[in-house]
Amino acid sequence: MAEITFDGIRHSYYPDPQKPEDFALREINHTFEDGGAYALLGPSGCGKTTLLNIISGLLHPSHGRLLFGSTDVTDLSTQERNIAQVFQFPVVYDTMSVYDNLAFPLRNRNVPKDAVDAKVKETLEMIGLSEGAHRKAQGLTADQKQKISLGRGLVRSDVNAILFDEPLTVIDPHMKWELRSQLKKLHRRFGYTMIYVTHDQTEALTFADQVVVMYEGQVVQIGTPAELFERPMHTFVGYFIGSPGMNLLPVRTEGRTARIGDQSVELPGAAPDLQGCRIDLGVRPEFTRISTTGLPVQIRKVEDVGRYKIVRAVLEGQEIAALAGEDEALPADPHVQFDPAGINLYADSWRVDLGA
Amino acid sequence: MNKTWNNKAWFMVLPVLVLVAFSAVIPLMTVVNYSVQDTFGNNQFFWAGTDWFIELLESDRFWEALGRNLIFSVIILLIEVPLGIFIALNMPKKGLGVPFCLVFMSLPLLIPWNVVGTIWQVFGRVDIGLLGYTLFSMGVDYNYVSNVSDAWITLIVMDIWHWTSLVVLLCYAGLVSIPDAYFQAAKIDGASRWSVFRYIQLPKMKRVLLIAVLLRFMDSFMIYTEPFVVTGGGPGNSTTFLSIDLVKMAIGQFDLGPAAAMSLVYFLIILLFSWVFYTVMTSHDGETGKGGEQ
Repeated sequence: MAEITFDGIRHSYYPDPQKPEDFALREINHTFEDGGAYALLGPSGCGKTTLLNIISGLLHPSHGRLLFGSTDVTDLSTQERNIAQVFQFPVVYDTMSVYDNLAFPLRNRNVPKDAVDAKVKETLEMIGLSEGAHRKAQGLTADQKQKISLGRGLVRSDVNAILFDEPLTVIDPHMKWELRSQLKKLHRRFGYTMIYVTHDQTEALTFADQVVVMYEGQVVQIGTPAELFERPMHTFVGYFIGSPGMNLLPVRTEGRTARIGDQSVELPGAAPDLQGCRIDLGVRPEFTRISTTGLPVQIRKVEDVGRYKIVRAVLEGQEIAALAGEDEALPADPHVQFDPAGINLYADSWRVDLGA
Repeated sequence: MNKTWNNKAWFMVLPVLVLVAFSAVIPLMTVVNYSVQDTFGNNQFFWAGTDWFIELLESDRFWEALGRNLIFSVIILLIEVPLGIFIALNMPKKGLGVPFCLVFMSLPLLIPWNVVGTIWQVFGRVDIGLLGYTLFSMGVDYNYVSNVSDAWITLIVMDIWHWTSLVVLLCYAGLVSIPDAYFQAAKIDGASRWSVFRYIQLPKMKRVLLIAVLLRFMDSFMIYTEPFVVTGGGPGNSTTFLSIDLVKMAIGQFDLGPAAAMSLVYFLIILLFSWVFYTVMTSHDGETGKGGEQ
C-alpha cells in the first residue's frame, strides 16, 4: 500500500489537444493519502471514470506522471500496479463458482495452492459469502455479484488501492446501505486506500473522509464533507452538494456591500477589486431565512419535506430557496435575511476570500 | 379463488392455427398419407401400413446415405465452428474495418445456393476451372468427378466457404455485446489471453454458439442444392446424401410411398438431433435455478 500522487496529470482523447476544452481531464496535482477513503463526485461525463482508469492503468494519461509512493507507475501495466477495481455492473466469471472467482486472480499470479485456499477463505469471510462458496456465480443476485467483484480485489494481500466505479448503481436501495456500511467497516478494519466514484452526493458524503468534486474535467474542490458544505470553492460545488443547492445571485460589489438590483446586502468582509469578472453571491438555503425585515421577496411555493419546509421565493427577479422550520409561520410581507456566516462571494465561479 | 373462464379467447389463436395448418400440418399429413399407402398412378391407393418404413429401415441405401450425412455434418461443424470463433475473435471491434469485415463476411451468404454450387462446379473443373486447372498444372491428381475423396474435399471446402461467415457473424454479435468492464476486470485480475477466452468470451458466446451449431447442423444435414449441382451425388453414390436420395426416389423413380416414409424418418432424425444438441448445450444453465443473465 502506498500513497497515490498525481503529478501534473492531464488526459485528452484527441491526438493533439490545444484548448483546455480538449482535455477530458485537466491538470491535477494531488496526493491521495495511504489508507484514505476518497470519493470522486461529479455529474456524468465530468472525468471521474477517466481519473479512475488512469489510477488503475486501464488508461495511459497523455501528460504527467503517476506515482505510488515514490515509484513512477505511469508506464506500468494494470496487473503490475496491483490495483483492485469494482465496476458499475458486477463482473463475475459466470462459469466459475464463487470460490473459483476469488481464487482466479491468485491463480493467475501463480500463488501456491495452500496460500490460495487460505486467502480465499479469509476473503469469503470478509465479504460474508462463506456459505455457498461452491455455488456457481451465475445465479447470484446483483449485490452478491458485486461482493464477488470486490472480493476478487481484496483477495490479493498487496493491493495498493481499491477503486470503485459507481458500484451501487444496480443494487437495490435497501442493499445499498448494507453494502456501503460493509465497505466502511472493511476500510476501518484493514485500512485500504479506497477511491469511490459516484454522482450521488449522499453516497460520497457518507463514504468518504475526503471528497473530490469534479466538474467538466476539472477538480474544483477537495475537502471534507463539512468543508464542501460550508465553504464551496466553486459555484458548482455549492449547486451540486446540498439539497436544495446554494442560492446564487448575480451582484455588483462596492467594498463591503453587494448590490442585487436595487437591494444591497452587507458582506462579512470587504470584497477585493473584481473588475471585469462575473460576480455571484452564494448563500446556502440553510443560511437563508424568511423574516419580516431584510430584502423584500415574493414567495412562489412552499415545499413541505417533513422536518423543515423549503420556501421558493423570488428576489429581484432571481429565484432563491430558503429553509423554514416545520411550524414556522411565514410573514404576510415576506423579506429575506442572509446569515453573514453563510455568505460567499464568487468571481467567475471561483470563491473569493473576503478581507476584514 | 374465483377465476372467470372465458373460452372466447380461443378465437384469438384461430388465425395462427389456420395459418399453421395450411403451411405445415396439412402438407405434412399428405406426406403421412403417402407413407402408409402404395400408388401406381391414376389416383389409386392401396394400404401399405408400415411396409415402407420397414423396407426403408432395412435398406443399406438409407443407412449409407444417413452415414454420409452424419460424417459430412460432423466434419463441417468441427471445422466451421472453431474457425468461425477464431475469425470473430480477430475481427476489429471498432473503426472502419467493422463495416468492411461485416459486408465481406456476408457476401457468401447472399449468393443463391445453386449459384454457389455452380461457382464451385466450375471452379474445380480440371479443364477450365481456376482451382482444378491450377492443381492439375501443378501435377496434383485432383478430379472431383472421378475421385471420391476429391469430391468430398470439394464439397466440404465449398460448405466452409459458404457458411463459416454465418458462424462468424453470430459469434461476432455475441462478442461485441460483452461490456468492456469484463475485459478491464480480467486485466486487473491478471488473466491470460486464454483465460479471457475461456472464462469471459466463450461463456458469453454460448447462446449464439448454440444457435450457430443448431443452424449449421440442420442446414448441413439437409444439404441438397450444392452437392447436387457440383457432384450430382457421385462419383457412384459417394456423395449421395439423404436429401439427394430422397429426390431421386420421389421424382426420379416416382416411388411416392417409400419417399414419403423416408421424408418422415428424415424429419424425425433432424428433430431428434436438434433436441439432443439443445439439451446438451443448455444442460448447465438450470443448476442454480433462475438464470443470472441481466
